[in-house]
Amino acid sequence: MADETTPVAVAPAPTPAAPAKPAEKAKVVAPAYREYPTMPALQVDAMVESNPYVSAAVHNEALGFPGALVDGWEQKAVAKMGELLGKYRSLRVYMDACVHCGACTDKCHYFIGTGDPKNMPVARQDLMRSVYRRYYTLPGKLFPKLVGARDMTKDVLDDWFRYYNQCSECRRCSVFCPYGIDTAEVTMAAKEIMDSVGLGHKYVNEIMGKVHKIGNNLGLPGPALENTLEGLEEDVLEDTGAAVKYPLDVKGAEVLLVTPSADFFAEPHVDSLIGYGKVFHAAGISWTLSSKASEAGNFGMFIGNYEQMQKIALRVREAALELGVKRIVVGECGHAWRVAYAFWNTLTGIGAGASDPFAIQLQKQLDPNYKQPSHICEVTWDLIQAGRLKFNKEANDHRIITFHDSCNVARGSRMGDYAGGQFDIPRNIIRAVANHYVDMSEATTREKTFCCGGGGGLLTDELLDLRVKGALPRMEALNEIVQHNGVNFMATICAICKAQFTKVLPYYGFKMSMVGGVHQLVSTAIVLNNEQ
Amino acid sequence: MNLLFALLFYVATLILVGGIAYRVYEYAQAPAPLKIPTTPAPTTTGGVVFRMFREVVFFESLFKSNLWIWALGWLFHVGLALVLLRHLRYFTEPVHAIIAFIQPFGMYAGFAMAAGLAGLWARRFLVERIRYISTPSDHLMLALLLGIAVTGLLMKFVMHTDVVAVKTFFLGLMVFEINPLPAHPGLYLHLGMVVLLMIVFPVSKLLHAPGVFFSPTRNQVDNPRETRHLAPWAATLGTKN
Repeated sequence: MADETTPVAVAPAPTPAAPAKPAEKAKVVAPAYREYPTMPALQVDAMVESNPYVSAAVHNEALGFPGALVDGWEQKAVAKMGELLGKYRSLRVYMDACVHCGACTDKCHYFIGTGDPKNMPVARQDLMRSVYRRYYTLPGKLFPKLVGARDMTKDVLDDWFRYYNQCSECRRCSVFCPYGIDTAEVTMAAKEIMDSVGLGHKYVNEIMGKVHKIGNNLGLPGPALENTLEGLEEDVLEDTGAAVKYPLDVKGAEVLLVTPSADFFAEPHVDSLIGYGKVFHAAGISWTLSSKASEAGNFGMFIGNYEQMQKIALRVREAALELGVKRIVVGECGHAWRVAYAFWNTLTGIGAGASDPFAIQLQKQLDPNYKQPSHICEVTWDLIQAGRLKFNKEANDHRIITFHDSCNVARGSRMGDYAGGQFDIPRNIIRAVANHYVDMSEATTREKTFCCGGGGGLLTDELLDLRVKGALPRMEALNEIVQHNGVNFMATICAICKAQFTKVLPYYGFKMSMVGGVHQLVSTAIVLNNEQ
Repeated sequence: MNLLFALLFYVATLILVGGIAYRVYEYAQAPAPLKIPTTPAPTTTGGVVFRMFREVVFFESLFKSNLWIWALGWLFHVGLALVLLRHLRYFTEPVHAIIAFIQPFGMYAGFAMAAGLAGLWARRFLVERIRYISTPSDHLMLALLLGIAVTGLLMKFVMHTDVVAVKTFFLGLMVFEINPLPAHPGLYLHLGMVVLLMIVFPVSKLLHAPGVFFSPTRNQVDNPRETRHLAPWAATLGTKN
């Protein structure tokens, strides 16, 4: 069934803001599966037409960036690079350490899908490294040609804007680099530099404006949220006969759940939200959502901007303090979990060791018996182990399930008490609630997982061609177990993965309903206490 | 010639040691403001030391990545390590027992080193992806290392030089005495290229050697929920609500 690729949609028309862009757009077509996983021959400039929309002045200025490309941007960009070299050891070391060994060249899903050599991680890094060498190393100053150093010119900037927006910051290359060079760090620095001289990506910067203004990425205001949640309660009552609550802004609740805003209305995301509510209901844990922090996502990470990331993260602390909760739990969202798990304690003092008054107050308030923050999968798995949840596994018997590891969970965070818990816990949950589970090829799972093709702030229509091509390695691995094992459901714990696959699966001949959340499966099988 | 080489070695040593020290200082000074270990990562400091050990000694990530590059790269580096250890005999008197023990292995390690380098260089021509990313300096670096290995092997196995005199020269340098170096074209070439390598080390990709120890994705403990990690510049940012 999936052998043929079925091109369907036509990408949207470009806006005038796109730089150096021809007027017509080619039809988006999924690349053919490779018979053997060989690397594509290089196709120089294959993706040179892939440009994201340039952010308008209003969206840049809302974040404190210049509205448009500033005068003297060349010097300013180089100076900004110098500043970042002093602030980020990762960038400092990674600019020097690469030996061009080539180990990463075949690891990027965008390279595999497009064949464009600038999508090889090392080549993507070299877009910046060449400039670094020119201005910050002696050989680059003396013999630029010899060491591949380049001046910061408009051509270079255009390449940055194109190809740093063809990196989903998934960190797969960093797993394989002998020095751990993380292209995501370089991409983030490049985006930070571009934003600082007024060249932003519209999709990402616009969304961050919405978070600050309204509280979530989708711009869903409080009353709409309340309506949605009431609707969910009615639906669940009708389906199950149980009065499961989906509370908003309830002071004194035990758990504050922070989840990607897509969970509030998009399919299949909402099915997982329904699942979280059922878990809390069945375990008798009081919980609440917050209209102030109605978004787990933090696009500040995608643009490498510490201040933005911190500002967005502080909303959660503020909400937790106002609501007086004992625990903070994060819903199914990949990059949000990385920010929450790895960065929240640094950014806002959620966790141990912070000394500002608000963090101290929060630490007094939060229950030290639980990890702060916890992932919803950690919560559910703990409850399952404690025997506090019951399941009718047969309810999932129509599904043959596989699990797609989301990159930020897999390579940027952890769950549970041991390294690799982030791989086992979601799978354990699936096995606890369903009878049929199959893993995809081990070259494409756990820390070697392939990005869905839409992460890192690239989940926007003008990049659809890139997204479809970038999904190729994941689709190949999926196709393999669809053919051999009849898999018909791919579970994942990331809102971006869900949205991306929903859009991209049809290009590869799969049904978009094949993708869903882990808690969607939990929701199907959980046995509720129907009293109350 | 004796004076020239003596001067070159003094200058090159200063550049090498001073340059690397400066780079290491820079790496150490730059804070890592966020916890970014590539997970799954060790949750204890001991675990990180073990991870770094596997990385530095066995090139673990490279092994997972590409067996060809791993085999050739490891062959070269292990060969180089043995050859370097063997060369300590030209700088110490008496020669330590371990160095004496390594001597026979070190002699043939030169071949492993040269073979590894040749293989790595061949990849720069034969594999399209690697050809694309190679700069002239990548080729020159391999040429330089291979040149050092080949001239060294030539002197060991084909056109011998007076190693006793060479040793006297280097022992002399260490007490600021200049003794005669054998007039041997192979030796001049060998030493000249070594000097060049020492000089370019702190401004080239050879910095991967100290750099790997400072790579946050490899040297950080995965414990962000338990311990707060805060860079000085980040601590000054307002975290008021």
